[in-house]
This record gives sequence, structure tokens and C-alpha cells, in this order.
Amino acid sequence: MIASHLPVLQVALPLIAAPLCVLLRRPTLAWAFATLVSWALLAMSILLLVRVMADGVISYHLGGWAPPFGIEYRLDALNCFVLLVISAIAAVVTPYMRQSVASEIAAPRHNLFYGVYLLALTGLLGIAATGDAFNIYVFMEISSLASYVLIGLGPSRRARAAAFQYLIMGTIGATFLLIGIGLLYMMTGTLNLADLSQRVAEVQDMRPIYAAFAFITVGVLIKLALFPLHIWLPNAYTHAPSAVSAFLAASATKVGAYVLLRFVFTLFGLEFSFERMPLMEILMPLSLIAILVGSGVAIFQHDLKRLFAYSSIGQIGYLGLGISFASTSGLTGAIVHIFNHAMMKGGIFLALGCMMYRTGSVELSALHGLGRRMPFTMAALIIGGLGLVGVPLTSGFVSKWYLVQAALEADLWPVAVLILLGSLVALVYVGRVIEAAYFHPPAAGAPPIRETPLQMLIPTWILLAASLYFGVHTDITVGVAERGAEMLLGIAQ
Amino acid sequence: MSGGALILLALAIPIGGAILLSAVGRFAHLRNEVSLVTSCGLLAAVAALVPSVMAGDRPSISLFEFAPGLEFAFEVEPLGMLFALLASFLWIVTTIYSIGYLAANGEPHRTRFHICFSLALASVIGIAFAGNMLTLFFFYEALTLCTYPLVAHSGTEAARRGARRYLAILLSTSIMLLLLAILWTWVAVGTLDFRAGGILMGAVSEPVMAVLLVLYVFGAGKAALMPFHGWLPAAMVAPAPVSALLHAVAVVKAGVFTIVKIALYIFGLDAIRDFASGEWLLYVAGATILIASLLALRQDNLKHRLAYSTVSQLSYIVLGVAMANAHAVMGASLHIAMHGFAKITLFFCAGAIYTATRKTNISQLDGIGRRMPITMGAFTIGALALIGLPPFSGAWSKYYLVLGSLDDGAYSVLAVLLVSSLLNALYFLPLIVRAYFPTGGQPLPVAGGITEAPKLQLVAISITALGSVALFAYPQFLFNLLRSLVGM
Repeated sequence: MIASHLPVLQVALPLIAAPLCVLLRRPTLAWAFATLVSWALLAMSILLLVRVMADGVISYHLGGWAPPFGIEYRLDALNCFVLLVISAIAAVVTPYMRQSVASEIAAPRHNLFYGVYLLALTGLLGIAATGDAFNIYVFMEISSLASYVLIGLGPSRRARAAAFQYLIMGTIGATFLLIGIGLLYMMTGTLNLADLSQRVAEVQDMRPIYAAFAFITVGVLIKLALFPLHIWLPNAYTHAPSAVSAFLAASATKVGAYVLLRFVFTLFGLEFSFERMPLMEILMPLSLIAILVGSGVAIFQHDLKRLFAYSSIGQIGYLGLGISFASTSGLTGAIVHIFNHAMMKGGIFLALGCMMYRTGSVELSALHGLGRRMPFTMAALIIGGLGLVGVPLTSGFVSKWYLVQAALEADLWPVAVLILLGSLVALVYVGRVIEAAYFHPPAAGAPPIRETPLQMLIPTWILLAASLYFGVHTDITVGVAERGAEMLLGIAQ
Repeated sequence: MSGGALILLALAIPIGGAILLSAVGRFAHLRNEVSLVTSCGLLAAVAALVPSVMAGDRPSISLFEFAPGLEFAFEVEPLGMLFALLASFLWIVTTIYSIGYLAANGEPHRTRFHICFSLALASVIGIAFAGNMLTLFFFYEALTLCTYPLVAHSGTEAARRGARRYLAILLSTSIMLLLLAILWTWVAVGTLDFRAGGILMGAVSEPVMAVLLVLYVFGAGKAALMPFHGWLPAAMVAPAPVSALLHAVAVVKAGVFTIVKIALYIFGLDAIRDFASGEWLLYVAGATILIASLLALRQDNLKHRLAYSTVSQLSYIVLGVAMANAHAVMGASLHIAMHGFAKITLFFCAGAIYTATRKTNISQLDGIGRRMPITMGAFTIGALALIGLPPFSGAWSKYYLVLGSLDDGAYSVLAVLLVSSLLNALYFLPLIVRAYFPTGGQPLPVAGGITEAPKLQLVAISITALGSVALFAYPQFLFNLLRSLVGM
């Protein structure tokens, strides 16, 4: 009975839990409740993925109203995978939050924090689960509004400015998305994605559809933070509370990538997006610039959170690039990178949170001597960094393997060279971190620093251990990603 | 024990050793013993594989699938056997040497040193036993990363700068060129297995094959082929045992080993000779041999001179591959072992001289032969072996390389080999002369009589120097091992 309602419970549970969480005045209680919810969500998403991989697409009709009139939640290999990524990140990050949040946010606000956090989670999960275009917009607004609050709660005053900047950019993105969806509705009279994809095909030569495509793509690219629409991201990640940076870096942009995939491939279709519309010609150069410039700017950062935020802009370039190939290996690379980058970047930001917790700083110079004082935290940071470079045996290598393969299959060897060049640029900023942590003596008179408490260290290591595990055992991640890619491309299974 | 299990054991021993070391790191004495036991265990595991490989078997094991048709797999063939034996034997000697060296020089971070050393050896075994190009690449990168902390060991600004250069050159060549070549091969052929006779023939056109050869050869940056040799002199900031085992044997030989392996099993010798427009490789290797020798002449720092000498000697192996005939490849493969023993001896000596006298430059070594007779005796043996004189190890490999050049009638190659022997003599002999017959300058005071390096270092030096002689006297084992490789 409950099992058949899993698709909606995945979204409804955090939505209901959010106000309840606000009612729990004791910080620890609110945290414990949010943790329980996040674990329940993980269990549900695993069950859903298993069912979808075994039995195929699940279509759930909200309130029993059949689509296209009612709202449909439609779960296939791709969005179950995204649900799993988000809920897994949440299940790991939430337990971590207790000490990290306690040290960065005033205690009376904790219940509000966890409430808003659950709302953000609701939005992200909702975007992934729903099969309705307008619903995507609504959930995107829920997650964005919640994110603005979460970022604004950051310890420094600049967090407010960062949140405001994100709010402006995010609102523009959401408005574009809404205009696009409105145009589609005008032309087809439906909002159901599956229904839309059929009807759009009938009117795809009409100019409003072109406009809708442009509006939606740009709107989503802002959410995805693809160069040159990324300017909100570095400030937001830098000034947000540590745990929030980790959560957002690992989940929010990934959902943006998912929405892009959904609209481009499922709704508009391969032929429209890549032959009538010059998506490849736009997305590929932008992604390549993102890879090189994002990673290049990261080299010159002294604030580690900002450094890895710019690194995220580069990594988002890999996502965009994989999508722009519109081939099985390209999409496999992009989808698997959604997962891999979530694990690596989430882990890195958690490690930075540990550093913040113990040293009160995330400056590069604060790393001096930490290799010996916080060996496990630093080892985690380095493993994550090597993953970003794409060193073999880390999951970053798997993503890059498929992306380069896609470039070579498309006879675009200069692109392959640029992808690899991006790895080298990443190596430079990761190398700076390694050098600072291990080969610089601590500043004279620095206070003694102990290793991070286990409650924070274990979540950090879970994410990074996952990134190592999936760098070696690729059959699960690549298997699911390949199925998602084939489904998007309409290749019969 | 089956072959596959032995392969895993050989990989697990140094990794287990590293874990054990991090646990007992606080206890200096235990640390040394763990290192010694680990290195002996590794040699035992590797040696246990020899009989079956000599009998023509190819022990193999496959762990898991990276992509459909692409496994993480190991297979032992004669060349890998040779490389693994060489590295694991010399590891024991180096461990003995390191214990003396680190204690005498009061080096910090000794636990990290031993851990990284063990992990580097695990990577070497992985490279030697890799069953396909992807597995090899994994360990090839791991080796770079494990040795980086060893180069940056002292943590001074100079060490950090050297290590940065080291990492930058090695990783940029391997990522930009080698990985690209591997992926290209994978997309074009659909396999990365090592197969006798190669996998490329018939699958890609001749121009593509030529481009791939360029990518592979320069991508294996550890072979220090010019112009990608700069990392090797940069790595000389590392402590002497690191320069000795890793930058005279393990790391650089991993590079040339990879090139030989690619030539034999990815291209196939016929393809190199006839289809891949491989002549340029002869020129590059020949030029590297000569230019590096000339550069070595100009170095006053002993370790730098040895480093350039290594760059030059490595290209003998590449030259042998480029000739791609049976004698030349035999010579190239032999040189992996022959050069290994001779060069590690020389680096050991440089470290011993530093330990005993704190001198690093050749111009300061007037009369050192009287003060350190054992060290300088071993140095002389190593130098003569590299020049290629009998009765020392280098003579055999040079003999086969000369035979190879005569087979092809490649007299220019012959000329390169002869001129380079002359240059070898020019940059080694004056040093030896100076050591025994000080001329002018300021001879080292001999007031203290004989002041040799610590005993453990001397033991290690003697073993490798004698090994250099023994390899000349009893090369039969190597010949038998390598014969099947080239079909002689």
C-alpha cells in the first residue's frame, strides 16, 4: 500500500516534515528529526531505483487524476538516479550538520535552519520526481527560495549579499523558465512532459516553440551555473554555512543538469534541439570555456571555499560538455559525472567544514601543517582533489574516460585535448592545496589543533570513500547512467 | 599457490607494509624491521612466479570490469617478470641503505618516507604485471603520485619547486599524451589487451598509427625522452635513496618498460618497423643520448651529472625499441636490468659521499678515493659498467644493441652508440682520476684517515657493485627469460 505511493512520499515527506521541524525548539531534537527524515528518504529512493531498474518506468497519478489532466510523477532510470544522488547526499550531510551548524549559526535559529533545509530538499527532490513542466517550475522556486535563506544564514555579513545576488540571478532564471513553459502551454495546451513532447513535435516549426526553447535553456543554465551564467555561484558557496555549501554544491547544480537533460531530450527531442536549434554549437564552446576558465580562476584563489567553488564551475562545464555531444558515451559521461561530482565535491566541502570547525578559517595559509595535525581530514581533502583532477582509481577518472571517449567518437580530437587540459589545470589548484597542507611547516606559535570529531569525519569519509569505490566498481553507476542515456536518446533497450 | 594469487600477494605485500608502517610509525626500530621484512616478502612473492614464467606460462588474474570488455587485469610475461625482479631485489638493498642514510643524516618524516616507498613499489609491481594498457596506466599514475612526497621530502622551497616540476611534467605528459593515446586506441580498436604482435595492425590506418606512436612514446614521460626529461634533474632534490631506487631504477624504468611493452604488445615490432613511420624515434633517441651526455659533462653537482647520464642511458632502451629487431630489443630489455644495477650503485655512492663529507659537487671531491676506498671502488665499477666495458654488466646490453644496429645496417646508430660510450667515459673518468690522484685544487683533508659512510650504506653499495659484476659473469638467466620475448 505504502510502496505504491513511494513516488509521492519521496517529495511529500520532507514537505510535511519541514514545518514540524520548525516546531521542535530544541536544536538537537530538530537535527535528529531532520536526520531521520533524510535517512527515510534515502531508503525510499533506493527502493524506487531498484523497482525501476527491474520493472521499468513508474507512473504515479497524483490524487488519482490521470495525466495529462492530473499531475503525473514519472520515474525512470534517470530521475531515480538523481533522486538517489540527492537523498544520499542529504543522508550523509544531515548527520554532519549538528556540530558544524552549531559552531556557525546561533542556537535559536537552528530549528528554522533545519526546517528550511528540509524545504530545499523537498524542492530538489520534487524537480527530479515530477513529470509536469509547471511542477518543475514550482519546485525549482521552492528549492531556490529555501537556498537563499540557507546561504543568507552564513556566518559572515557578506553571506547576505551573496544570498541577494543569488536571489536576483535565480529569479531571472526562474522567470525565464516560466516564460518558456508558458509559451509551450500556449502552443500545446498541456503541461505534462510526456504529453508535451508529443504535441511539441506537431508544432515545432512555429516561432513560439523556438522562443520557448531559448527561454527554458537559458533559465536552466542559470540554475546550472554554466559559464557565463555562473556569477552567483562563487559567492554563494563561499559565504554559505559549511554544511550548506556541501549540500548545495553536491545537489543543486546537479538537479539543474537533470532539468536540462529532461527538457532538451525528453521534451524537445534530439532532432529539434540539435538540428533545428544550434544547442551543440552553443553548449560545447561554453562548456569548454567553463572547464578552462573556471579551473583557471580557481588557481588564483586563497579562500579554499572559493577555490573549490570555481572548481565547481569547471566541473559543471564537464556536465554541459557531455550533454552537448548528444551521444551515448557523452550522456553517460555527463550523467555519471552528476553522481561522481556530487560525491567528490560534497566530500571536499565537508572536509572544508571540518577545517573551519577546528581552525576557524578556510584560507590556504591556514592549511600549513594541517597534514600532520588533522591527517584524516586532509587525506579526505586530497582524495577529493585528486578526483577532480581525474586521477585513475577515483570516480573523476570514470567521468573523464567517457567524455574523452565521446569526443574521440565524434572525431572532435581538439575537444578531447581540451578536456584533458582541464585536468591539468585542476591539478595546479589541487597541487597548491597539497603543498600547503603537507610541505609547509605550521606558522610559529600556532595553537595546537586536534583531529575533527568523528561525527563530522565519518560523513566526509563516506562521500570520499564512495568516490573511490565508484572509481573502481563502475558497473552500478555507469550501468544506470548508460540506461538513462539510451532512454534519453530514444535507443531501444 | 596459483600464479594469480601470487600476483595479488606481490601487490598486497607492499601495500600491507605501508598500512603496517603507518600503525607502528612511532617506534623507530619497528619501522625499520617492518620495511625490511616487507621488502624481503615482496622479493619472495615475485621470485615464486619465476619458474612458471620460465616454463612459458603466463600467470594471470582479472579483478573487475572497468567498462565492458575492459578489465582490471594482471598477466605476467617475461619482461614484466624481469622488471619486477629487478625492482623488488633492489628494494631490499635500498631499504638497508635507507636505514643507514636516514639515521646518519637525521632526516625528518621517516615514517612517511617508508610508507611512500612501499606504495611506490606496489605501483611498480602493478606496472610490471599489468595485463592491459589501462591497468598499466592506473599504476603508472599511482607511481607518480606516491613518489611526489618523496621528492618534496625535505619541505624546503627548493624541494617544493623541484617536486612541482616533477609532478607537472610527469602528469602533463601522461594525461595529455598517454591517456589520449590509450583512449584513442580503445575507441578505434575496442581492446587494450597486451597481445603478442600488437592490436593496432589492421585496425587503424598508417597515419593514425604514426600519431599514436608519437603520443605513446612521449606520453611515457618517465622514460625521460627529450624534450620531456626536465623532471629527472628536478627530482634530484630528493634524498639519495629516492634518487637511487626510484630515479635510477623504478620510476625511469617504468617509463621505458612501458615503451617496450607498447612496442611489443600494442604495436608489434613489425608495425613499428614498417607502418608507424618510426624512424623519427631513432633520431629522437639518438639525439637524447648524445645531448644528455653533453649536458652531463657540464654538471658539477654529482647527482645532476648522474641524472643526465640516466636520461642518456634510458634512450639506449628507446633506441633498441626503435630499431625493432630481435637483437636490439634483447639489448634494450637487458639494459633495463644492467643499467639498473650500475646506476643505483653510483647514486648510492653519491649519497654515501654526502653522508660522510657533506660534499655534493664533483669539484670538491679531490682525493676522495683515499678517504672512502670502498665507496669509490664501487663507483668505479658502476661507471665502467655504464661505459660498457667488460667485465661489467653494461657490456652485454651494449653488445646486443650493437648487434641490432649491424643487423639493420644502421651505421648511424652504431656511431651514436660508440660516440656515447666515449662521452660516458669523458664524464665519468675525470671524476675517478680526481678521486684517486688529486691535482691542484684543495684535496680533502685525509687527516682522519679512512672515514667511510655508515656500515649499512656500505653493505648496500657492495651488493649492487658486485651484482654488476655478477650480471656480466652469469647473464644466462636473463637470456633465457627474455628469449621468448623476441623469438630468438
